[in-house]
Amino acid sequence: MSKNKTAGYKGPYGYQKRREGDGEWDFNWCDVGWLRENFDHSYMEEHVRICHFRNHYELTRKNLMVKNLKRYRKTLEREAGRIEASKCDFFPRTFELPSEYHLFVEEFKRSPGSTWIMKPVARSQGKGIFLFQKLKDIMDWKKDGSRSEEQRDETQVESYVAQRYIENPYLISGRKFDLRVYVLVTSYIPLKAWLYRDGFARFSSTRFSLTSIDDQYVHLTNVAVQKTAPDYDPEKGCKWQMQQLRRYLTARHGTETIEALFKDVDNIFVRSLQSVQKVIINDKHCFELYGYDILLDQDLKPWLIEVNASPSLTASSQEDYEMKCCLLEDTLHIVDMEGRLTGREKRVGGYDLMWNDGPVYREDVNLETLGSACFTANTHLGCVNDRKKQLRQLLKPFPSKKRI
Amino acid sequence: MMDEGTELSLTIAQIVQRLKATHLHSQIERQAKECLHRPEIQLESLKEDVRNFLKASGWERKLQNAVYRELHVQPLPSHPAAPPEHAKEPLAYMRKAQVNWEKRILKSLNSMCTELGVPLARKRPAVEQKELTNKWNEMGTDEPGKWTSSQSICSDRRLNTPSYSISHDSQVLISLRNPNHDSSEEASAKSHWGLIQVPLHDRDIPQMREAYSELSLTTGQLGIDDHTHVPPDLFESEHTRIGKKVVNEQDSAAAQQYSRQGCPTGLRADLWALILNSTNEPEDVMHYEQLKAGVIHHDLLVDNLIYKDVKLTASNDDYYFVFEDFLYQVLLCFSRDTAVLEHFSYNSATPPKSYIQGKVGVEEFAVVYPPNGVIPFHGFSMYVAPLCFLYNEPSKLYSVFREMYVRYFFRLHSVSSSTSGIVSLCLQFERLLQTHLPQLFYHLREIGAQPLRIAFKWMVRAFSGYLSTDQLLLLWDRILGYDSLEIVAVLAAAVFAFRAENLMEVTSLTSAEAVLADLSTLKVMPLIQIFLFATVI
Repeated sequence: MSKNKTAGYKGPYGYQKRREGDGEWDFNWCDVGWLRENFDHSYMEEHVRICHFRNHYELTRKNLMVKNLKRYRKTLEREAGRIEASKCDFFPRTFELPSEYHLFVEEFKRSPGSTWIMKPVARSQGKGIFLFQKLKDIMDWKKDGSRSEEQRDETQVESYVAQRYIENPYLISGRKFDLRVYVLVTSYIPLKAWLYRDGFARFSSTRFSLTSIDDQYVHLTNVAVQKTAPDYDPEKGCKWQMQQLRRYLTARHGTETIEALFKDVDNIFVRSLQSVQKVIINDKHCFELYGYDILLDQDLKPWLIEVNASPSLTASSQEDYEMKCCLLEDTLHIVDMEGRLTGREKRVGGYDLMWNDGPVYREDVNLETLGSACFTANTHLGCVNDRKKQLRQLLKPFPSKKRI
Repeated sequence: MMDEGTELSLTIAQIVQRLKATHLHSQIERQAKECLHRPEIQLESLKEDVRNFLKASGWERKLQNAVYRELHVQPLPSHPAAPPEHAKEPLAYMRKAQVNWEKRILKSLNSMCTELGVPLARKRPAVEQKELTNKWNEMGTDEPGKWTSSQSICSDRRLNTPSYSISHDSQVLISLRNPNHDSSEEASAKSHWGLIQVPLHDRDIPQMREAYSELSLTTGQLGIDDHTHVPPDLFESEHTRIGKKVVNEQDSAAAQQYSRQGCPTGLRADLWALILNSTNEPEDVMHYEQLKAGVIHHDLLVDNLIYKDVKLTASNDDYYFVFEDFLYQVLLCFSRDTAVLEHFSYNSATPPKSYIQGKVGVEEFAVVYPPNGVIPFHGFSMYVAPLCFLYNEPSKLYSVFREMYVRYFFRLHSVSSSTSGIVSLCLQFERLLQTHLPQLFYHLREIGAQPLRIAFKWMVRAFSGYLSTDQLLLLWDRILGYDSLEIVAVLAAAVFAFRAENLMEVTSLTSAEAVLADLSTLKVMPLIQIFLFATVI
């Protein structure tokens, strides 16, 4: 990697984001702002790689994602029937405001007493989000033909989506959580997507209070000292690794139920990507690491909350830091600037190939096995991630393998 | 000594006596009466037919499980002329040490009480009762002192008392001496290098290989043979199938045997409940609700110890912080459960007594304090925390925890000669280390890092909070499977063996502790297996 000119340099994560003024880079880990400004003017040679697709926002902006999913669902219903289309029912009823205000009001009135959540289309990290139960709370977004041209120009409201709030989230010990899962897409046409085994569950921090702990407790035992040290971060305690969550759910509900749950989660990834497949401008230079936010409800149904194009890579703890480093390392292995992979791999480090222009199965599909009914998907979300071992075997120092 | 026959009859008589008082007995009686209406019950073969009916309807199995449970909690058989304290602990010097230790704990509890001017128990005013009822499911959100009479008590430095910290416990054990033992034969190669200097019997590796044969290299294990690269057909699928069968059959004894090779994650909750014969019948739920009512009505001084412990240990743990509320719900009820007093017949400890003000020493005015006779200490909540992973119904969780406490955990903080007791575990650990890793032991001793100083805290908690949850549950599978805590000592030695290379390099206690500070990546079953079955003897 160091031999080539890169836009990055070895930093705490191994590689860091940096912009080069003269555009001479082989690998660019850029932010979406840079992409927007520079992508169209950049000439990229064959081997060059960049970490976003030109119009990724079709998937990652809340209003566009919903628009694409709704359209995809309609197509599916027309072509394959209602049952097939119902597999897309993993996102709550959503309306863009103010453009779909009237449609929203119809739905709102159909379910009296329901709670809705308003989210700004383009912001992140929970900024600007609020809940409401009465129409008067969102009067600003009312699409009203009676307003004059000037009025509309002056008071331009920000685009929001109104979404049915999931009122029965799955709780662990009374606390709500959501899941962060990483999906790497290296191509949209044909669709090739990888699922990372690690991820985490983020618990709401409202129930967790460390304010009562003070220095007096330091004197008790060594264990207490470690945990109450000056650098202790209360936020750190609010995450569970995906493996932990999966084990917990399996212990509570049994293996079969939870395997079915994770299968439903796989379905979310595949269908959401399929819904934008025809819209995204495919480019062999592009790859993208998405951070999916999933919420479980009490019936163990997973819901898609949103997809992030630039998932946070800052670490909240040592464990988190290591996980994210490995995630980045494995992402780079798959992007494979060095040309070490054959292109036929089903697993690279912590990534499992989930979709390759069709479902990918753990078992080898050949003429003999084709008749058999039990194929299992090649996904291992929340399973053991023995990536080091796998990488050692995969990247054995053999005479150079050419990419197919 | 009694002969085997007499011993058996005595045991049977005791068990029958105990079971006669249970709800199960009245249920079976009722079933027997009601089945008389059934066509297959003939007068000529009444006894036989009723028996067959009870067998077919699963009641015989329930009775078997109940008997099996009683066998687990039987005091040691002793001579009819022996005084009752022999059932608690046969060795006099151990009893004495336990009594002295209890005296100190009680003294500090009382002085805490007097100094802080807080009563041992107080009735809650109606307003507070109502508030607590509403907040029952989220006590974790409040300040720990909120529900106690003294707001500041939880932050009080004086809670750093002998009753509270475990470092004091190890001191008690280290100073134990058998007055009948002639230790004048000094410093030879055969003398014990460790801190525990009592001549208790323990098992060596060849004996343990026989006892723990299911853990051998050639037997399939969960924690080893369910690893990713091992095809599930080799062991895991079959083992899971058998596990499902055991759960369907509802057989306690089979479940215990099965657990020796580990419980599959999806079946563990049911299997453990079966092994412990923890039911969740209406009467169990009612019992729990009564305890909860007790918590609402009265506030106990020891509640502060619980709040403090939970906030300091479980709440700080990456895995268990989520379960904070459950821990309060279990531990506060536990303190008020007088059914726990039963286990003192085979526990060397004696429940502390408290006297109504002004009537100290007058037995009529004595009450056991706390009601369950167990004073919580720092780290106590870690016995409960891993169980929260398996059970989310408070009454079920409570039932399982209580049974685990009266079978195993109590032995980790009382002075006794039991093979599962903390004294034996410490000795076992030291002996294993000295016999099989003498160089390491000697080196650590020389640099002032006696191994027990590091391993003690692991063993007192049965490794809870030190291992990752899945590994801890695999370890506790075996504790249940073998009905003994001995495996905890074996694991402690195995951990030292695993990190021996690094430990040989250290030159101080602090650096030794640093090498052994993080056990969260350890895989327990391979370590135990290698230590027991691959060590050269």
